[in-house]
Amino acid sequence: MPTEAKAAERELLPPRLDVDRLLDDPRTRIIVCCGSGGVGKTTTAAALGLRAAERGRHVVVLTVDPARRLAQSMGLDSLDNTPRLVPLDGPGRGPGGGGNGASGDGDGGSLHAMMLDMKRTFDEIVEAHSDPDRAAQILANPFYQSLSSSFAGTQEYMAMEKLGQLRRADQWDLIVVDTPPSRSALDFLDAPQRLSRFLDGRLIRLLTAPTRASGHAYLKMVNAGIGMFTGVVTKVIGAQLLRDAQTFVAAFDTMFGGFRERAEDTYQLLQTPGTAFLVVATPEPDALREASYFVERLSQDRMPLAGLVLNRVHRSPAARLSAARSLAAAETLQATATNGVNSTPTMPNGGSAAAAAAPCYPLAVTALRLHAERMQLVAAERRLAQRFTAAHPGIPVVRIPAQPEDVHDLEGLRVIGESFASPA
Amino acid sequence: MGGDSLLRVRARDTDWEGVRLHVITGKGGTGKTTVAAALALALASAGGKVLLMEVEGRQGIAQLFDSPPLPYTERKVAVAPGTPGRAGGEVYALAADAESALIEYLEMFYNLRHAGRTLTRLGVVDFATTIAPGLRDVLLTGKAAQATRRKAAGRHRYDAVVMDAPPTGRIGRFLNVATEVSGLAKMGPIRGHADTVQSVIRSPQTAVHFVTVLEEMPVQETLDGIAELRGLAAGGFQLGGIVINMVRPVELTDQQLADAVTGRLDGHEIALGLKAAGIEDSIGPGGNAGLASSLLTELTEHAREALAQAGQRQRLTAASQPCYELPMISDGMDLAGLYRLATALQDQGAA
Repeated sequence: MPTEAKAAERELLPPRLDVDRLLDDPRTRIIVCCGSGGVGKTTTAAALGLRAAERGRHVVVLTVDPARRLAQSMGLDSLDNTPRLVPLDGPGRGPGGGGNGASGDGDGGSLHAMMLDMKRTFDEIVEAHSDPDRAAQILANPFYQSLSSSFAGTQEYMAMEKLGQLRRADQWDLIVVDTPPSRSALDFLDAPQRLSRFLDGRLIRLLTAPTRASGHAYLKMVNAGIGMFTGVVTKVIGAQLLRDAQTFVAAFDTMFGGFRERAEDTYQLLQTPGTAFLVVATPEPDALREASYFVERLSQDRMPLAGLVLNRVHRSPAARLSAARSLAAAETLQATATNGVNSTPTMPNGGSAAAAAAPCYPLAVTALRLHAERMQLVAAERRLAQRFTAAHPGIPVVRIPAQPEDVHDLEGLRVIGESFASPA
Repeated sequence: MGGDSLLRVRARDTDWEGVRLHVITGKGGTGKTTVAAALALALASAGGKVLLMEVEGRQGIAQLFDSPPLPYTERKVAVAPGTPGRAGGEVYALAADAESALIEYLEMFYNLRHAGRTLTRLGVVDFATTIAPGLRDVLLTGKAAQATRRKAAGRHRYDAVVMDAPPTGRIGRFLNVATEVSGLAKMGPIRGHADTVQSVIRSPQTAVHFVTVLEEMPVQETLDGIAELRGLAAGGFQLGGIVINMVRPVELTDQQLADAVTGRLDGHEIALGLKAAGIEDSIGPGGNAGLASSLLTELTEHAREALAQAGQRQRLTAASQPCYELPMISDGMDLAGLYRLATALQDQGAA
């Protein structure tokens, strides 16, 4: 459209993120969606997975969101820790395909979806890496139970662990991951190191063998005697708690190495060119501020950032009518109604006779006011997006229009996926 | 307007008379921190001092009040709007973290400040607060309980405490500290502390409010969260209100809404209205008729949104808790916006 093109010239426009090219490229093996809570990360991940599958790829979507609705939108009752096949139907699936699905040669692709169960995943690791007796001992320890079900960072760590497992299984050629809504936006990158640092830590060694360690050099560096240490710890956390911790650490000891290695492997896997990070945000100040942190952190960690998915962007089909003109028109009509000859708000049934009677066109007034609001919102969102692009020039952006209703089915996910289409 | 407002008839001055600790939870992205700040302002406008505390290290309060990051000390961040003839009170803010809370706790109960520092250096504090999240939570809720109970010269230091708590998905576990900790500590000082904290959290002095927006997932989480707390209510949790945040006004009458979704709105009337207002569209295809049909599309989208929201509002009534509605503040949240929200909460009896 000529007007849009003109507007684009005036604006600082980021390059367009070509999601379809990313999805079609067989070298793309992992897509990680990150962003703050409430921006539609999970739905975006599901829409990406569906689109990739309908374009012929074998996809598994790993989500951490327990939302039943998402499972149901994919035709599944619920999601669990095992990848489930999503029955695909509708346009683009039949022989010969239909509409824009034809470009992806619909057939041949598949979609699986699963939801991370962090405790289950952790238990499986324990079971896989120790003999049954020791595994049972670990699983029953209260510290393990606390660590595996609510350790701040376990979810992030297990998401990475699961990702590593899926990648090694090599059953899928594309894995789409939706990251946990971390308290801090960057926890999922830190989690592997934090957990392994913790499990490898000096303190935990101290706990495992407080008496044996008393003569060691590393303890001398610390200007606190071991007596005081255990004394204080016992006083504060209680003797029984300390014993549990020691038992846990002793039982877990042999697994520490494996944990750290795998955490590091996954971290390195993320840095490879086969991975693409997508930062998801809505055009709102908080979400875009978080997006900025993500972008900076990803580049610091040399993680391959593909671009920004700007979700729930408002548009207007009548952008040629500005907010100011729209509001002025609404006011003109209202002024006519209050000062006019005929102030009864009758619905004109068309025709010049009715119009001559100077009715107030209540529907037109409402439409014009709504339009003015919409245009103001569009302008505000555009300013925010421009501010992001000014701070991070060159980062490709793709926009997903706001949907008037929540996504309920595959068709809804497809509609979102259409925003990823390459420009014709 | 939409018509189905949930404004309650007030039986007394405010709905939460006697509540001194307000716990605010909600799904990410629903504006939990903003609502907590607005509630603190609303509570303070009756005069007195209100403490607004956050517990997740996000420094959301500082951003909201446009102040530098908050330290682990209480700092005045705002003066509440007063009423004619009465000055407004003050809002203090605190960013609580588990490490500082533990050190404070050691000092207070064991006079172990020096030991606390040593333990921090050794990583004990990090250990204690990361491996046992129950411990972390008991320290943070403990801080809130302590602020609620603290007295100076025979009077409560704060008239109310508002806690920007963890999101809905974690709130049950966060508040149910005694049970969480008892798995780890069956006796000893931690357990004792947890029990003390519980006596505050589970008293009528404390209410847990939920923040949501009128979208399917946040509403579902709110209903799930309320059900979860009801399940724990044998221990005496008091459910608070549901704050419906970022509500956009509905511009259509009920009849127009119904017509819009069934495609019976009259595009011709809009075209005539445009003409009467002196708009001549010469750019777009179809002139004014084309423009009118675009406006009609927008109108219909608005109607679909409004109906979807009304449906979500209806679902929330199933929780049978008082609901409060806060308007969307579209031009960026600042102090003026917070005052507006605070006034809305007061007008509806939340404070």
